[in-house]
Parts: sequence; structure tokens; C-alpha cells
Amino acid sequence: MNTDTHAAHADHHHDDHSHGSLSTYLLGFVLSVVLTAIPFWLVMSGALPSKQITALVIMAFAVVQIVVHMIYFLHMNTKSENGWSMMALIFTIVMVVIALSGSLWVMNHLNSNMMPIHEMTGMK
Amino acid sequence: MTIAVNPTQSGEPLFYLADEHPHPEGYSTSLGFWIYLMSDCLIFAILFATFGVLGSNYAAGPAPKDLFDLSLVAVNTSMLLLSSITYGFAMLTMAQNRIGQTQMWLAITGLFGLAFIGIELTEFAHMIHEGATPQRSAFLSAFFTLVGTHGLHVSCGLIWLVTLMVQVWKFGLIEANRRRLMCLSMFWHFLDVVWIGVFTFVYLLGVLR
Amino acid sequence: MSPDLLKLIFGRLSIDSLPLHEPILVGTFAMVALGGITLLAGLTYFRLWGYLWREWFTSVDHKRIGIMYMILGIVMLLRGFADALMMRAQQALAFGGSEGFLPAHHYDQVFTAHGVIMIFFVAMPLVTGLMNFVVPLQIGARDVSFPFLNNFSFWMTVGGAVLVMASLFIGEFARTGWLAYPPLSNIGYSPDVGVDYYIWGLQVAGVGTTLSGINLICTIVKLRCPGMTMMKMPVFTWTSLCTNVLIVASFPVLTVVLALLTLDRYVGTNFFTNDFGGSPMMYVNLIWIWGHPEVYILVLPAFGIFSEVTSTFSGKRLFGYTSMVYATVVITILSYLVWLHHFFTMGSGASVNSFFGITTMIISIPTGAKMFNWLFTMYRGRIRFELPMLWTIAFMLTFVLGGMTGVLLAVPPADFVLHNSLFLIAHFHNVIIGGVVFGAFAGINYWFPKAFGFKLDPFWGKLSFWFWVTGFYLAFMPLYVLGLMGVTRRLRVFDDPSLQIWFIIAGIGAFLVFLGILSMLMQFAVSFLKREQLKDVTGDPWDARTLEWATSSPPPAYNFAFTPVVHDNDAWWDMKRRGYRRPLTGFKPIHMPSNTGTGIILAGFATAMGFGLIWYIWWLAAASFIAMLAVGIGHTFNYHRDFDIPADDVVRAEDARTQLLAGAK
Repeated sequence: MNTDTHAAHADHHHDDHSHGSLSTYLLGFVLSVVLTAIPFWLVMSGALPSKQITALVIMAFAVVQIVVHMIYFLHMNTKSENGWSMMALIFTIVMVVIALSGSLWVMNHLNSNMMPIHEMTGMK
Repeated sequence: MTIAVNPTQSGEPLFYLADEHPHPEGYSTSLGFWIYLMSDCLIFAILFATFGVLGSNYAAGPAPKDLFDLSLVAVNTSMLLLSSITYGFAMLTMAQNRIGQTQMWLAITGLFGLAFIGIELTEFAHMIHEGATPQRSAFLSAFFTLVGTHGLHVSCGLIWLVTLMVQVWKFGLIEANRRRLMCLSMFWHFLDVVWIGVFTFVYLLGVLR
Repeated sequence: MSPDLLKLIFGRLSIDSLPLHEPILVGTFAMVALGGITLLAGLTYFRLWGYLWREWFTSVDHKRIGIMYMILGIVMLLRGFADALMMRAQQALAFGGSEGFLPAHHYDQVFTAHGVIMIFFVAMPLVTGLMNFVVPLQIGARDVSFPFLNNFSFWMTVGGAVLVMASLFIGEFARTGWLAYPPLSNIGYSPDVGVDYYIWGLQVAGVGTTLSGINLICTIVKLRCPGMTMMKMPVFTWTSLCTNVLIVASFPVLTVVLALLTLDRYVGTNFFTNDFGGSPMMYVNLIWIWGHPEVYILVLPAFGIFSEVTSTFSGKRLFGYTSMVYATVVITILSYLVWLHHFFTMGSGASVNSFFGITTMIISIPTGAKMFNWLFTMYRGRIRFELPMLWTIAFMLTFVLGGMTGVLLAVPPADFVLHNSLFLIAHFHNVIIGGVVFGAFAGINYWFPKAFGFKLDPFWGKLSFWFWVTGFYLAFMPLYVLGLMGVTRRLRVFDDPSLQIWFIIAGIGAFLVFLGILSMLMQFAVSFLKREQLKDVTGDPWDARTLEWATSSPPPAYNFAFTPVVHDNDAWWDMKRRGYRRPLTGFKPIHMPSNTGTGIILAGFATAMGFGLIWYIWWLAAASFIAMLAVGIGHTFNYHRDFDIPADDVVRAEDARTQLLAGAK
């Protein structure tokens, strides 16, 4: 990022965002249908014996599907806007992870410290 | 233009551009819109965090298992996925300057979006009818707010879509309208990404619990 | 009329909502009304409305918007400081059975309004205003990336301020403390409009802040002039970039938290209630995820100002530019990892508390590095003790003190003792006044000649400086003492007479600060009267180093007749050193955005919608919302948003400058 100047990117502003092609859109669509269908099937049929494993598997599918959408539909790459789009995305992911995991961690600790043993179930 | 950065031939440094090309209109728009989407992403992240923390506080009320109809969610998800690919087709036809087809694909996208909203509202109405209102428990408050915020975004997207169709119809596929369609494309696909989080963490994991 | 119909038209609003029974408020209202009528009459008499509307309110020029932000910040400073004086007076008086002069109902609003106004409507506008004015000039740009959005953001901030000010005379403000923790802020315990004013005031202003953050990031990323790579950007631009990244990454959190609180209050959801599985502590957790970065949003630009000032007035290149940049970036990331230190006592346990305690202490490392950089910049420099430099030195002393008490508070066991005490109050005023306020004042004194073409009067400036600095120490050092003795914040009356002397000293300090503010207003007035004497013809009154000093004071609407090309960190210094000659011919038309009234109209509707929601005047809320949507969509049908400044106009402006410069020699 030290070398980007106006001169360097003034001339190709028109194709900063590629629109993809029919084949990439279709590929993305097929992938996302598959990646959606499998988790739904796993949960609705109970194919996997353990709930925990099912949970982990469908979360993994969600992550993969998000990446697929990012690449095929949102056309994310490291080059658009001289890498600033990617940088913004990475920064946001870091922030999201901090806010999400931090909140869960803090509030879980709070609940287990400040509430009786059978904390949430006790409220039923 | 690249020579501008370096000293001129005579060795005297160049301190200004005598011959300048102004930035084209909308030069910063796609980056700006992307950054806006990132901030929107944080809005959803906090709603997810709230759902994560409060989502198991049923307060002796209904739990996800009692409420969620996964086949309905699957239908809804497919509406959104289909609208994504049709929006993609709109963008492809726009690149080829085929205005009629672009408008057609945009309209189809809008119909899928409308179907999505319709199904979601039916689901909400059904839940509320059964007494599972947003006021019933912290879980339901968090559920309605998270899913509802996504729905609200889709609704805004629909209003935007109609506005853009009118603008394309009136002014054609001019540069400004292409840029706007590109922004809406990012918005629409971004909502798709958020929905992946919603159906996985709210619906599927909810039913598993 | 039937009560039902009245309710339909006016919602909760009635004649009883006006605080006619509070003599202080009635007196204030009379004064504000008198001042307001005089001002309006004056504007009408001198036929300034058209001028203001055309040249300022609808302006998309980043310089004018920046100046309007500063005016907003200074006006709101007067309001926020009036609250501070009332609190200090109340606490100095309310001893030995005396109830003081403020009833509890009023006092609670005063301390809430003080906090909210000082952070959101003083510090934020001052910081945003400086960034708006300076950043495009520093990077050699003609305007920001989205000039219309800039105007809209400003008016949204004003809209929020209007709502908060309206609460003074129509209804009441929140009595919850500046962050409105539930369950106190929930409908059960705060059924009146106070918290709703708080919510909608902040939501309206928050939209403006977020959009302005996006705008400035884009500006810095996309509109730098040729040659200005990231590591050649002035430090103020760097800190502005980081601040705006923090704004975009944290204000959405505030928006959501307030929206959830709104749902709890208006719809009856159970996010932060005590029943049905809600968790008030979740609110505290979330709001501080925004709240801590907010602190750095305010202080980072101040760091940038001090960097520019130090190197300019020491006549030296900034020491450790690279480390300064990295320190700023590290602070940006770390500021997101410390939020729990605001509620160590909540009960999350040892592992959580120690994690956040340690991250908090780590932040002092990059901050300390910055302090040493400034010291080394001054070392062996030929320091000129002009006003901006005086504020900078006061900052360095004061901020280090505040930083050290901050590290002390970062130790969880110590925090258990000092939490919610006046020690904490002293600490954060120590860093916010010593950092942000002093920084804003350094910035105002530094860039004022650039904005208006004449310097600020040094005599009244120094008077203001000494009043502020001594006043600050007298006002807040006693609070450290009191805090260590266990006095908690937000108390209205005291039993222990031995404490009174400390409150009296603090009150005297506050009064000195008051004199400091008056001197500052005097400084503005005197400088305006002596503007010919204090005139800056060169455009570079301080022999400064960055690009904003390369153009005239005040700069023309287009900032630079030709886009500059940069070769060095201190671009203007480098140009001066290498014999840069100002171009005198070859001017071309310049493409600029046109003014528009859409921003102020949209913000007006947003404010009306907020007012309708606060008072349950549903028709007003709905109508303004629809109007906002219609105006917003209508605006997108306007495709012609810019124009060319003709080459002749550019020639005229540049020739005038040439003559000025010739006269100066």
C-alpha cells in the first residue's frame, strides 16, 4: 500500500469491480445451493448421531458458504480498490469476532459467577 | 500521469500537476458503499451477539423446537438464493447493455424478494398468533429483532430496487445508474451472506438445541 | 376538545410538560429567548438569511462545514459548561443540612445532560470539525469524497443537538447518567420523556457521525494527491483515518444498543429487563463496546494536532514518524479489546478481569511512545511558545498525569475500591480535558488563521490558557483526593462537613475555567476587531510544514488551483526548501460539487420524526418519515450535482493572492 498513488489507479477505474461471468455466477449458485441443502438435510433428518458434531458441521458449512458468496457474488479479491476492500473486510471480521466472542465470554462468565448453578434452567 | 511523481527531465522537482484530470464521477462510491456495508455488518454482529447471549432465555415460554418450521425456512432461503442469482443475471445483462433484459431480471429479483418478505411475515404472524410474541421472552425479543432487522433491510432493498428500475427506465443504463445498480448488487448479496448466518445460527442450531 | 383528540394530536405533550414551576429553567429560557430573538432580529435586519442559506447552510464545501461544526461545538460547550458550574456550585453548597439549590429531579438531569452534551455535542463536533476542515487540505484534495453526505451529516448532528436542547424547555432530559443504564432507563423506572430525548437525540446525531466517518475514510484513501503515499501522509491525517475507522466500527454498536433499549421502552421486548430472561448487564457490555473506542475516537485526532503543532513550533521534522503511525494503528486495534475495564465490578470473575486489565495497561505503551516522540521532537528544537504550543505543553503534563491514574484504575483490585468514585471522575476529566479539549484549543489557535485569514489575539489567548490550566488543576485535583476518600460520583448532598473544603476548591477551579471560556470568547471578538493587524497574507503564518499552508488563508473554494505533487512527509516544508514557485498562469476551469438544501431538509425531517417519537405524536413521526423517504428518493433523481468554476474566476482569485503576496514582501 506504500506505492499506491492516484496515478497508479486513475486509469482503470472502470473495471475496478468485475461483474463476474455467467459461469462464475452459476458455479456460485450451485455451490451455495449444495452448501445450504446439506445443513438443512443434516438437521431435519438427524443423520449424524451427535448433536454437537452436527452443530460443528453446519457451522463449518456456513463459513464455507459465506466465503463462496464473497467470491462469486460479491466478487471479493485482493486487488479491487488497491486492496482496501479486502483490508476493510479483514478489519471488520476481526471486529466482529472480538465483539461476538467477547460478549459471549464476558456474559457467560458473569452468568456462571453471579447466578445459581442451574442458572438459566432455573428461570424456567 | 505516473511521471508526475518523479522529477522532470530538467531535474527540477514537479510540485503540481499543470494538466490535471479530475476524478471521474463516483470515483469513491464503490469503496464508500463497501465501508457502509462493513458498518452494517457490525450492526448484525451485535444483534447476533445479543441473540447468542439471550437466545436460550426462554422464560418458560416456547423454545425454537416448538416454533420453527424448518421446511418453511428452507423455502424462504431458496427464495433469497434465487433472487441472488437473478440479480447476478441482471448485472450480466447490464454489462452487455441489454436494458430490457436487465429490467426483467431486476423485476424477477424483486418478486423473489417480495416472496421472501411474504413468507417471513407469515411465519411471524403465525408465531405471534400462537402467543410467541417478541414480548414473551428475551429469546423471542432477540429472535424477532435479528430476523426482523434482516427483513427490514430486504424491504429497503426492494424500495431501492423499484427506484432504480424507474431510473433505468427514465434515463437508461447511464454510468450513474450502472454504479447504483452495482451498489444495490453489493447490498443484495451482502444480505444473502447475513441470511446464511441467520439460518445457521438461529434456525438450524436453534432446532438442534 | 376531547382528551382523546388532544392525545392524538399532541401525544404526551401538554401544557404541564413545560417546566414553568422551575425558576432556574424559566430564567434560562427567558435569557435564551431574549438572545435568540436578538440574534434572529439582527440576521433579519442585516438581511443575512439569504447569505447564510446560500453560502453556509446549503454549502457542501468541507471548509465551511468544518467551521460550522466548530461553531456548534463551541455553542454546546457553553451549555455543557453551564451544567458543570451548576453541579460544582450544588456540591460546594449542599453541606450541613443544606439541600443546595438544585432539587434532585433537576440535579439528575444536569449531570446526565453535562456528560451527553460534552461528549456527543462538544467533543465530537470539535474533533469532526477540525478533521473536516484540515484533512482535505492536508492531502491536497478539492473536497471530501461525498460532499453532499458531508452536509447531511453535519445537519444530523445539529438535529441531535436540537433535540437535546429542546429537552431543557419542553419536558425534561434523562435522569440516568450519560450512558442510561437499564433497568433505570427502562420504561418502568423512567416512564417520562427524558430517556426518549436521550435515545433519539443520540440516534439522529449518530447517523451523521457514522456517515461522516465513512466519508472521511474514503477521502483519505481515494483523494490523496499524487506522491502522497500512506507513509507520507501528515500525522494528523493518519490519526484522522484511524479515528474514522473507529467511528465506522463502533457507532453501529451504539445504534443497535439504543435501538434495543428503544424496543424495550416502546414495544415491551425483554432485552434489558429484569424479567423474562432479559439481562441489563448485556446493555452495559454492549454500550461499552462502543464506549471505549469512542474515547480514542476523541483523543486520536488530538494526538495528531499535537504532532503537527510540536514539529511546526520546534522547527523540526516530527521525531519517529513511523513509530507514531504504528502507535496510532496499535491503539486503534487495542481500543477494541479493553471495554470491560469500565465494569470490572460487574462480576465476570478473575480470568475476564485480568485479561481486560492487562490489555488496558498495554495501551499505555504506544501512548507513552507518542509522548516520547513529542519530547524528542522538542529536544534541541528552536521552540516558539505561541498559543498552540502552549496548549501542547499543558497537554503533555496533564495527559501523562491522567494516563497514570488510568493505569492505576486498570488494576482490577484497585478498581474495586475506586469504581464509581470521584477518583474516576477526576481521571477521565484529566484525560479528556487535558487531551481532547486542550487538543481542540491547540487546533483552533493553530488553524484559525488558515480558516479566516487572521491570527487569534495572543493576549486574550494566553489569559484564557492560564485560566483554563490553573482552573483545571484546582477543579480536579481535589476530586482525586475525595475519590480516594471514597466519595462516589453523582451525589447531590453530603453529610461529612470535612469534605466541604475540597468541593469549595473544586468550585473555585470551575469558576477559573469559566473565566477561561469567557477570555476565549473575548479572544475571538478582539481578534475579529483587530483582524487587519493580525492579518495573514502569506497563507503560512507559522512557517509550517504540511500542505494546507501552501494555499492562501482563507483558501479558495477549490483549495488548490493546481493539484499539488508531494515528495516528502513535510510536503510544504520540502517545497519551500527546494524553491517552489507558485504557478501564475495556465489556470483551467475547476470541477466542483454544487450546493444543495437537501441535507438540511432531510435532517429537519429526521429531527421532527425524533420529536414525534419522543412525545408519542405518531402522526408527526409517520409524516416526517414519509417526507424523509420522499425527499431522499427525490434527491437521487437529480443527476446534475456539480459545476465548473470558470477559469476566469480562478485567475481572479489567484491574481488577488499574487498581489497580496507582493504586498507582503
